[in-house]
Amino acid sequence: MAQVKSSSVTVAGHPCRVLEAGAGSPVVYLAGIGGLPKWSPFLDALSTTHRVIAPSLPGFPGAPDFRHLDDYHEWVVATLELLEALREAPVDVVASSVSAPLSAEVAGLAPERVRRLVLVAPFGMYDDTDPTTDIWAQRPGPDVLPALLCNSPENWTRLWEIPAGEDPVEWGIYLTRAMEAAARFLFPMGNTGIAKRLYRVRQPTLLVNGANDRVIPASYQQRFATRLGGPVVTHTVAAAGHLVDFDQPAELARQINAFLVDQRY
Amino acid sequence: MKNLWFHLMPYKDLPDDFRETHPSVWVDIDSRLLDGARVHEHYHEYLDELEYAGEVGFDGVCCNEHHQNGYGLMPSPNLIAASLTRRTNAPMICVMGNSLALYNPPTRVAEEFAMLDCMSGGRLIAGFPVGTPMDTVFAYGQNPSKLRDRYLEAHDIVMKAWTTPETFSFNGRYNQLRYVNVWPRPVQKPHPPVWIPGGGSVETWQWCAEMDYVYCYLSYFGYKAGEATMKGFWEEMRRLGKDRNPYRAGFLQFVGVAETREEAYRLYKAPAEYFYGRCLHVDPRFASPPGYQSEATIRARVQSQVAQAAAQARAAAAAGASARTWDDIVDAGYVIIGSPDEVAEKLREVCVNLNVGHLMLLLQFGNMESDLVRYNTQLYAEHVLPQLRDLFDDQYEDRWWPKPLPTRAVPRAVA
Repeated sequence: MAQVKSSSVTVAGHPCRVLEAGAGSPVVYLAGIGGLPKWSPFLDALSTTHRVIAPSLPGFPGAPDFRHLDDYHEWVVATLELLEALREAPVDVVASSVSAPLSAEVAGLAPERVRRLVLVAPFGMYDDTDPTTDIWAQRPGPDVLPALLCNSPENWTRLWEIPAGEDPVEWGIYLTRAMEAAARFLFPMGNTGIAKRLYRVRQPTLLVNGANDRVIPASYQQRFATRLGGPVVTHTVAAAGHLVDFDQPAELARQINAFLVDQRY
Repeated sequence: MKNLWFHLMPYKDLPDDFRETHPSVWVDIDSRLLDGARVHEHYHEYLDELEYAGEVGFDGVCCNEHHQNGYGLMPSPNLIAASLTRRTNAPMICVMGNSLALYNPPTRVAEEFAMLDCMSGGRLIAGFPVGTPMDTVFAYGQNPSKLRDRYLEAHDIVMKAWTTPETFSFNGRYNQLRYVNVWPRPVQKPHPPVWIPGGGSVETWQWCAEMDYVYCYLSYFGYKAGEATMKGFWEEMRRLGKDRNPYRAGFLQFVGVAETREEAYRLYKAPAEYFYGRCLHVDPRFASPPGYQSEATIRARVQSQVAQAAAQARAAAAAGASARTWDDIVDAGYVIIGSPDEVAEKLREVCVNLNVGHLMLLLQFGNMESDLVRYNTQLYAEHVLPQLRDLFDDQYEDRWWPKPLPTRAVPRAVA
């Protein structure tokens, strides 16, 4: 495993954990539903070709404070401030799932911050004729979320396994809190209105989804692709669910690297 | 002590195989099950029953708010309460209550409750529930992460609107109102008594203590499952230095009275099995959206002894939720049945043990027909209620009871 450095930045006075490893051109990674409880196999794979910087959005593991953020606008500003705090601009940004619309908004509003964008199974739109899954209305039980979010539930369970010495109550709260944080800016439909603003995102963008995503229907990739304002590459990863980075870390890292080294972009 | 007659207003024609063929009685219940003509009959039967409870001497009648729910046909309890003000003149009217975060602006609650208090001549009890996740988060689309803050802010608006003589502005986090000046204002001064229905959260107990409100544990699982919660509540009151005045608390209990226990067993089996089998068939995916419970409550459940009591109660309720056959329902204490003397003795024991001064009674439940409701209500009023009425009154004052106008207008319908 890569040598991981952990540090902290403040966003509007609130601490956000930053994990970092690898060498090469920097890539910022913003995690999807639930966040990252720890350094992951995907970050490991990506850090073989890039210096990977993984800050935690407010409410995600490593950044406990988020209830000062009320509406979507405040979340977008917080995401911008988080990127500013990293002092890496312009930088390539990879954002998964619930963090993807926030990153796309920042790319559209502050293009000097984002060089290229990778959106993995992005939230942000909703269509009645092909609805997204209601991630906040799920039956209780330890197997429910892993089966919903991953093609192979054990990929989730492995990453969320409680480390020795960790308080199980607090460990459980990391996940509950991250689910609540996402609800705070996406509830109830995940429709942030971003469809109206995506034309502002003129950076080259790679859109990735999992072939077996049980949360965001496959049709949403084209909805994003046709609205983005710059060049777009799309890719679907086989044997992957909503959290592609959990299910296929090496393949996702390979696709991202291929996009980032492509001289056309 | 006070005996209040509570109506949930269930839809009585859910099919026999409802549990097997439908996912939930709540939120996404199939609207094709509804027959408007039957609902028309239901409303008038149910209003008749509430009015009858007032006539035969219950201290109060209660209605509540549910949305998209097959066992609660009262998305607007205020409409029911308004009707009751015109047809009753004695019992207190307990609206249990208005889920504050669902009203935009919340001054609507201040206005409508003020109307009800004026219409009833000061007989209103104002209930302020946060509301269940099914009602608030899923039926009404409220953000679970902001629900409690919105609720607390809405509460502050309503109380300020009732108690501030001058027009004021409210510059809140979720509500900005430049001119607040509700008309009418409540008859009761400074405001009607406030009762808070809760499900066993320590924070709600603490808030009730701080605000000096009545805490009402409205569980469908009876006195056995409720014991741990009420013990937790009283332990928290002791810790906060509050007295043990039983009128600080309310408790809900299903009851079926007949001439004999055997007769009660026979009469109330079908409606109880209808309620526990069909009406409580709620899809668990709606039960716990992230953020509905605070982190403090989650931690407290594990770490605090007080909250452990509440958690035990919830566990008991959850375990008991599987009881759907009549023998199990009776054994678990969900429904107390018996002759009037047996029921009175048991309820007296329950109220003393749980230290509850406001007893809310479900004497109609499930698909119980109106004749049986009246029979149950009459027997209770004539033979049970007199055996309970004196309880606590020699020791404690009910500071949370309405103070009606001494002289009230009498609607012609009542006269």
